[in-house]
Amino acid sequence: MTEPLVELKNVSFTYDAEAAYALNNVSFNIYKGEWLAIVGHNGSGKSTLAKLLNGLHFPLEGCITVGGISLSEETVWEARKKIGMVFQNPDNQFVGTTVRDDVAFGLENHGIERSDMVQRVTESLEKVKMTSFLNQEPHHLSGGQKQRVAIAGVIALRPDIIILDESTSMLDPRGREEVLETVRELKRNYNMTVISITHDLEEAAKADRIIVMNKGQLYREGTPEEIFQMDEELVKLGLDIPFPVKLSKVLREKGLPLSRHYLSEEELVEELWTSHSKM
Amino acid sequence: MMDKMIFGRYVPAESVIHRMDPRSKLVLIFLFVCIVFLANNMLTYGLLTAYTFFMIALSKVPIRFIYTGLKPVLLLVVFTLFLHLFLTKEGEVLFRFGWITIYEEGLRQGIFISLRFFLLILMTSILTLTTTPIEITDGLESLLNPLNKVKFPVHELALMMSISLRFIPTLMQETDKIMKAQTARGADFTSGPIKERIKAIIPLLIPLFVSSFKRAEELAVAMESRGYRGGEGRTKYRQLSWGLKDTAMLAMLAALALVLFLLRT
Repeated sequence: MTEPLVELKNVSFTYDAEAAYALNNVSFNIYKGEWLAIVGHNGSGKSTLAKLLNGLHFPLEGCITVGGISLSEETVWEARKKIGMVFQNPDNQFVGTTVRDDVAFGLENHGIERSDMVQRVTESLEKVKMTSFLNQEPHHLSGGQKQRVAIAGVIALRPDIIILDESTSMLDPRGREEVLETVRELKRNYNMTVISITHDLEEAAKADRIIVMNKGQLYREGTPEEIFQMDEELVKLGLDIPFPVKLSKVLREKGLPLSRHYLSEEELVEELWTSHSKM
Repeated sequence: MMDKMIFGRYVPAESVIHRMDPRSKLVLIFLFVCIVFLANNMLTYGLLTAYTFFMIALSKVPIRFIYTGLKPVLLLVVFTLFLHLFLTKEGEVLFRFGWITIYEEGLRQGIFISLRFFLLILMTSILTLTTTPIEITDGLESLLNPLNKVKFPVHELALMMSISLRFIPTLMQETDKIMKAQTARGADFTSGPIKERIKAIIPLLIPLFVSSFKRAEELAVAMESRGYRGGEGRTKYRQLSWGLKDTAMLAMLAALALVLFLLRT
């Protein structure tokens, strides 16, 4: 991998001087074009991490560098141009009265010329396939559609990184798949860097790399395969292992010669039916 | 429920009035409110009425929409009429029935003042029926812009208005949800004496307030992360364009004002 896009060095943070650290001496890098999933149960510090990356809070100790800019009160607006964030609640991040106004909101904030703005609004709505909803009001949209509009609002600013802060956790399975597919496509076509903060390991399974957070510390870092090897340990951390991983583990215990722990249903099914035909 | 309350006011149609710049509509209404007081005889009131109905015809808004909007205030208009009828004791006595005496001046005043009231309501209804709330907000922001010089937070005010407009349906949906949840727990919102019913609203309002504050906070964070830092250096996506029709409409009103001024007694 190349030069890191985001660097965290010994970052610590606390909301309340009396309380325990929300983040305690965390260091890691994020590289260009990768999909990094940050997982952990409630209170593990993963959302705090997202807020620090976007300069909504500043680290108590340590430093964060985003695209060569060291995050501080002065540089935060520069850094926010590089990082777009999609939050959890679809309703509470929809500012405009209609879809196009909402996408334009970020552009207005950055003082983009109107002619450029109009073009970028249509362009980003095309990328998330929401063009036909241009003049819709938010209460006529589903959760998944609202999140796609939020993504359009983010990419209209042409950031290098998208942070999904539990963006799919309030959606139904279809909305979730819709949003993730949109992000996947953006990553594929525009080489975006994606950081998804989630407690859904199924979602994390499709990432390039996973970071497991626990009690404000970086617990483990690795590829999905490596992380899911931990299985019992993950359960102890309050995370739920994806079904295919669970199933392949149980099958192995029963004596079936599976070559590894499968992350996706398709792969597992593929191995199962081919292994049967060999006998 | 919510569609009727807020957005039902706006009637989409293709008309000159709909296409007018919200700024010119606002100015027009404001001037009309002043001009109405110029009228003081049959002829001038007749002219004003004709003008108002001409505007209604131009707006292409079906009469029944205007009527539903008028219904609640119609009572007030009638009330004004009667107030003047019975309380003004000037001019000749028209007729006397028991303790009721109606004077000529009372009848005249009553009709004129309630007509004035009626016309004002009609004109403002045309504004809200042909302009979306967000257009009105944009128009107001643009008109109030000079006040920025005296440190009046025009942009903030407009943003507050547009965010409120955007959240009205969301909060309505939420109210509905909480109402159902509380009904499921045995709350009764629809029967019983007034005192009981007001009490029943408390378990509805408190969760609504709590969630609104939570929403407000999350919205603030989301806005900040999208680069919002006040009105400075901000460009605008929505644009208003002042056209020939806007100037023409205002010129027409000015002509009307002049005629009224000449014809009044």
